[in-house]
Amino acid sequence: MSDPLLIVDDLNVTFPGLTGVTRAVRNASFTLGRERLGIVGESGSGKSTTGRALLGLVPRPGVVTARTMTYGGRDLLRLGEREWQELRGRRLSMVMQDPKFSLNPVKTVGEQIGETCRLHLKSTRKDAEQRTLKMLEAVQIRDPELVYHLYPHQLSGGMGQRVMIAMMLVAEPDLLIADEPTSALDVTVQNEVLRILDDLVRERGMGLIFISHNLTVVGSFCDRVLIMYGGRIVEELAARDLGNAQHPYTRALVAATPSLDADRPELATVTRDPKWLE
Amino acid sequence: MTTADDITARPPRQLGGRRVAIALRRIASFLATLAVTFIGLTAVTFFISRLTKIDPVLAVVGDKATKAAYDQAYHALGLDQSLVIQYLIYLKRVLSGDFGMSVLTSQPVLSDLIRVFPATFELSTFAIIIGVALGVPAGVVAAARKGRWQDHVIRVLGLFGYSVPVFWLGLIGLFVFYGKLGWTAGTGRLDVFYDGEVTVRTGIMLVDAALDGNWEIFSNAFSHLILPAGILGYFSMAYIARMTRSFMIDQLSQEYVIAARIKGNSFWQAVWRHAFPNIMVPLITVIGLSYASLLEGAVLTETVFAWPGLGLYITQALFNSDMNAVLGGTVLVGTVFIGINLLCDLLYKLFDPRLRT
Amino acid sequence: MSDTTLGQWLVSEAPTSRRQAVLGNVYRNARAIVRNPTAFAGLVVVALLILMAIFAPWLSMGQSPLTQDLAGRLGAPSAVHWFGTDELGRDILARTLFGARATLTIVALVAVIVVPIGLAVGTVSGYMGGWVDRVLMRITDVFMAFPRLVLALAFAAALGPGIENAVIAIALTTWPPYARIARSETLAIAHSDFIQAAVLQGASTWRILFRHIVPLCLSSVIVRLTLDMAGIILTAAGLGFLGLGAQPPTPEWGAMVSSGRDVILDQWWVATIPGLAIFIVSLGFNLLGDGLRDVFDPKSA
Repeated sequence: MSDPLLIVDDLNVTFPGLTGVTRAVRNASFTLGRERLGIVGESGSGKSTTGRALLGLVPRPGVVTARTMTYGGRDLLRLGEREWQELRGRRLSMVMQDPKFSLNPVKTVGEQIGETCRLHLKSTRKDAEQRTLKMLEAVQIRDPELVYHLYPHQLSGGMGQRVMIAMMLVAEPDLLIADEPTSALDVTVQNEVLRILDDLVRERGMGLIFISHNLTVVGSFCDRVLIMYGGRIVEELAARDLGNAQHPYTRALVAATPSLDADRPELATVTRDPKWLE
Repeated sequence: MTTADDITARPPRQLGGRRVAIALRRIASFLATLAVTFIGLTAVTFFISRLTKIDPVLAVVGDKATKAAYDQAYHALGLDQSLVIQYLIYLKRVLSGDFGMSVLTSQPVLSDLIRVFPATFELSTFAIIIGVALGVPAGVVAAARKGRWQDHVIRVLGLFGYSVPVFWLGLIGLFVFYGKLGWTAGTGRLDVFYDGEVTVRTGIMLVDAALDGNWEIFSNAFSHLILPAGILGYFSMAYIARMTRSFMIDQLSQEYVIAARIKGNSFWQAVWRHAFPNIMVPLITVIGLSYASLLEGAVLTETVFAWPGLGLYITQALFNSDMNAVLGGTVLVGTVFIGINLLCDLLYKLFDPRLRT
Repeated sequence: MSDTTLGQWLVSEAPTSRRQAVLGNVYRNARAIVRNPTAFAGLVVVALLILMAIFAPWLSMGQSPLTQDLAGRLGAPSAVHWFGTDELGRDILARTLFGARATLTIVALVAVIVVPIGLAVGTVSGYMGGWVDRVLMRITDVFMAFPRLVLALAFAAALGPGIENAVIAIALTTWPPYARIARSETLAIAHSDFIQAAVLQGASTWRILFRHIVPLCLSSVIVRLTLDMAGIILTAAGLGFLGLGAQPPTPEWGAMVSSGRDVILDQWWVATIPGLAIFIVSLGFNLLGDGLRDVFDPKSA
């Protein structure tokens, strides 16, 4: 593996509340180079919160602490807001789940993608337009000129997600966090989007963190996988080793995955052991 | 390569025709509602005019008239016709602007109304400008800083705004800012010795004074305007700030705001450049509604500040039992009020995002 | 110890009688209201208003609201007259306390007129649907678009001043939102299974409306009513200011502010005190309404 882009050591995210403190992420540690890391877990496992913490966007009143959290050598824990603004979109970026909600309803596609250019690349209007159109081609949109002027509600799910990818990659970040990028899409469209993501990440030599609840997709798409449960990383392994997982939760997840080949009378479910929460 | 999703995106040109049809239908519905409501309003004013204990015949012929003269006037006024016919006659007169003669001014009520309306218009318009200029940013800040001290201060100020009686605030305002501090001028639109010195073109004092180039009068008019407009503006601000805050809270919880942050926008850039444009349409209707209610609230404010507008006209007519003037003024205020309300309804439906696709 | 058992009986999850269920609900709501700070503050103010109105004679420190004393007119607040005297030498404290009665009367009368009419129109409209719905909603729209104060003025001009006319005028422009609320609540439940079950049991339309649908609309209507109260009080005070509410010598806050208008610069208390009373009571109802809305319908901001 090349030099690590991202080093996270003992990350904790807590939310103080009326009934006590909720620990959304506990003692999470991992590194990432120019490779693909998957984070798999169910709702509430802390995977999305981890992603947000890496961008400094954990909502108030959440508190983020860690022993180390550096990106490209920069200490993320000590960044001021201005420095975060320079970093976000330009060096690291995130694609969110549902383009129906994550794209601004009153701005055109062109405006939204162009904004990233203007924020980070000091583009003029013409320059931003050119880059936007090129990026729309790169995400395999057939008629970039037309889509440029469309509003998000005029786009289908797959197109919307590709616009989202375009918007977040146009400034050429080194690291992309994809938070459930295909979960809101039809199955037929999911593969298209995944393929586009695959091509882009590979061409640009980017690091990718792929957050999902879908173990199969993550397993086939990523190099390494982190399994999260109850805020903790319970296992870390190479994608190809998923069949030989050690932790009972991971094994249960693998076993619960329906498969056309295996001949099983019942779908297995996960019986949770409260010991995993400690 | 043809993908499933490419086909489902519809280019805007195809939708054009359908949207125009829907818009036309909505405008037609608006006009119909406007007509019905106007009829309702005039029906009520007509009904009120029949309620009055003052005999309209006596008002015309005097109480020393003979029975013959009384009967003649009775017939001339159409009082022997059925109620429905009387109403239709009334409606016809109203539509042609005939509100009868004012007992107080001995002028046609219509010309009185034309004379006094600009003063109310000036007051309300100034007030709404204050209300928007203060209320919108206040609402945005309160939503962005929800739960923190800025939010609490703004909400408390707003709460006071719905709870305080406007006439009382006006009095206190006069007492403090005119009586004790001398910062503003007193009642009326101008100091007495300026009366008649301004050529009346629009009826809006500030505009007329500016057109005359008379800056002394301009500043005097301004110092008379600022207090009543400020007070009305405060009420407007309270309502606008509350609605803005509510709209913005909805928007700020949306994903696209976080996406804007991810792109590298600062918090306030995300608030103003991304969230705010999404509330502009409902906000415009809110502003319209506030403007309509200001026209009404002006009634009490004009009484306190002796502001010679429509509100004062109606109340003075009231005290002098000048029914024609009261009802004429009511129809005017009512029509403008209804018109603005319904227009806001229409604007909202026309620009409703659900109309798209 | 019997308190705990009573409390337990009220919040029991498995009520054994209809009365227990209803009382339990009332109890739970009451507790939620008292716990909410805004609602509680508002409740305190409203309670004070009611107490003021009832106990005005005793709270007036022996002063009468009607006794004139022209020699002692426009007196500043003193030990005898805590809030001073007005332009006819009457004690302002007493008049303010008694003025609460006029306010309460108007508010209560308007509420008693507006809620039944609104509920009737709204539930019938929502349940019947069809042309009944369209006609009723048109009528509601028409009334909703009327300017409240100006129309009240016109009424008063025709009928003469007085509390009854003020009440009618205000009620006429206040009922439409309640019809709207009742209608939207009705629409939400009109086709639900339990209504269908009642129909199958042979319940008449009236019975369904009155015993099944109306109770479910009540909480929204009450919240709206409380929030409207402040506006009603302000409108009534406005009418009083113009001399169209309760007639002299009956004390009424708006009228008191009006009579203090000419002397505002020197004897500020004559107009300020009653105005403050209007403000505080209006504020109380707003707080109570906001709090009730938090308790009953937290989804609306």
